[in-house]
Amino acid sequence: MTAPLLSVRDLAVTFHLRGGLLRPTRHLKAVNGVSFDIAPGETLAVVGESGSGKSTMARAVMRLVEPSAGSIHLDGDDITALRGEPLRRIRPKLQMVFQDPYSSLDPSMIIADVVGEPLTVHGVATGADRDVRVQALLEQVGLGRYHMNRYPYEFSGGQRQRIAIARAIALQPKLLVLDEAVSALDVSTQNQILNLLEDLRRELGIAYLFISHDLGVVEHIADRVAVTYLGRIVEEGPTERIFAKPAHPYTEALLSAVPIPNPRVQRSRRRIVLPGDVPSPLAPPPGCPFHTRCPHVMDVCKTVMPAHTPMAGGGSAACYLHDPQATEDSRCAS
Amino acid sequence: MAAPILEVEDLGVEFLTDHGWVRVVDGVSFSVGEGETLGLVGESGSGKTVTSLSVMQLIPVPPGRISGGSIRFAGRELVGMSEPQLEDIRGDDIAMVFQESMTSLNPAFTIGEQICEVVRRHRGCSRREARDRAVEVLELVQIPDPRSRLGAFPHEFSGGMRQRAAIAMALACDPKVLIADEPTTALDVTVQAQVLDLLRSLQERFGMAILFVTHNLGVVADLCDRVAVMYAGRIVETATVFDLFESPQHPYTEGLLQAMPQLGERGKRLAAIPGTPPMPWQMPTGCRFHPRCPYAETACTEQDIPLRALAGDRHVRCRRVEELTLEGAQ
Repeated sequence: MTAPLLSVRDLAVTFHLRGGLLRPTRHLKAVNGVSFDIAPGETLAVVGESGSGKSTMARAVMRLVEPSAGSIHLDGDDITALRGEPLRRIRPKLQMVFQDPYSSLDPSMIIADVVGEPLTVHGVATGADRDVRVQALLEQVGLGRYHMNRYPYEFSGGQRQRIAIARAIALQPKLLVLDEAVSALDVSTQNQILNLLEDLRRELGIAYLFISHDLGVVEHIADRVAVTYLGRIVEEGPTERIFAKPAHPYTEALLSAVPIPNPRVQRSRRRIVLPGDVPSPLAPPPGCPFHTRCPHVMDVCKTVMPAHTPMAGGGSAACYLHDPQATEDSRCAS
Repeated sequence: MAAPILEVEDLGVEFLTDHGWVRVVDGVSFSVGEGETLGLVGESGSGKTVTSLSVMQLIPVPPGRISGGSIRFAGRELVGMSEPQLEDIRGDDIAMVFQESMTSLNPAFTIGEQICEVVRRHRGCSRREARDRAVEVLELVQIPDPRSRLGAFPHEFSGGMRQRAAIAMALACDPKVLIADEPTTALDVTVQAQVLDLLRSLQERFGMAILFVTHNLGVVADLCDRVAVMYAGRIVETATVFDLFESPQHPYTEGLLQAMPQLGERGKRLAAIPGTPPMPWQMPTGCRFHPRCPYAETACTEQDIPLRALAGDRHVRCRRVEELTLEGAQ
């Protein structure tokens, strides 16, 4: 593999929830010791359910929330602790598209200014020069010059997401962080945006950090997948391997819970229905965070978090089922 | 199909907007048999939620109004029924579960109080009996230690538990019809799987009919017996779930099925329906899908297309149905 574009090591983000007179301050470990790499032009999807920390991970990479531990390297530079002007200077390499195109666009700005603002802020282009660039960007995302003087309210959800993407690619970023960028859209429009993202990746070689809860979409767009649960990555690997041979029991359950849009297939497949809910991130269980719902739980799972074990077919999983030593021990114990 | 318990015929619903009275549901007809699950499918703005709210006469009037048609429950006409009569039916014979259990449960009352209120309103029983019934239904929906949970407030439950409590409340009076409007959309997939399993087992036990409103074709494939597909305020196709997925007859249904990302097709371009659905105040003439339809001809843009009955209890609103061979789900 070439040198990674983004390299995240042991990243942790802790939120401190202020207590009251009789309530102590509580600490929420939204992200807890997460490591991953993204190669130039690669798409890494981070999947997980609500509370898994996937959005916080994205925000930490964007430096929108402060990491409490670990490091983030972008293009060889340590950006973990950058502030002010130095942080501003790396921003063009690193852009983001949010979930809700209704709140991510300023309703009082015309589209030319929405898309052109990053060009102005970073002193790339002004005046007529800027307008020429904005027009090219709009065309790149499938909109036209005649859209430039309109306001966001005049556009549908799908069109707004195109505008948000045009703004995000204006500075030719190397990494685009997409946080549930197609989740708010209907299927017919969602696919238009996914195809656009594929085209942009091919034309511009942008790498994507694609945060999503929709496994169907992820399988389609990602090169590699990281599965998160309660602030940790429990499994990661090439998309084909994750979907064909999930190694972690949580990944397996997650895949089996997604209903397949074909009644004959869906009604004849073996499904794993997990008991209970995801535990509160304020009081995560000790050991493996998944052990409270895991159908294969062993004693060792309840005390110590398993390390990542490399898997055949690529990637790794943090589960004692794949750790020969642990399974041996539990067999002796029982 | 079993004898219909709920029949909707030629339903029209209008809303007063800046563009005048706008018809968002237009000539919608369907029926749900006893013990049957009918999926009402469509994208946002297709009119599926307004249709389901109309059944319970829950459309806010004004700005809305039911402009025509008939809704019959077990042969009784609901349109035009007096409010006290409707209140006897709501929560008793016909119950509803909504998408957002956080907003459909009252945050100021405990789960127990809210379930007991429904039971006492319809059964007129004692507090003790109502509490026993509440414990019973919470047990049915697999809330652990239900008796002690009666005193919990909605915010003390997780999202999945709240939705199960909302289902328990809907079941409290053994409804004949359950209307479920995107009941799993706000839930995580592993919790969605639990709720779908729960609905399936409850239906097997109690035989209620379910009108299941959703945009998720995977959920439809999992749970529904028959499906009605809505587009731009109209039903464009109805069929059994197997027929619909295997051999769709309307180009919009085909488009929806093809748009689902298929397993194992990485890198292949995703099928997308071009354009966007029309606004209800600027509906296209003729077939409302024609501006986005790959099979549209000039004649499709001219006259209104009726919903035609085909063999096998299917209905399709397409004038080219005989000539087209459409692709189903893979």
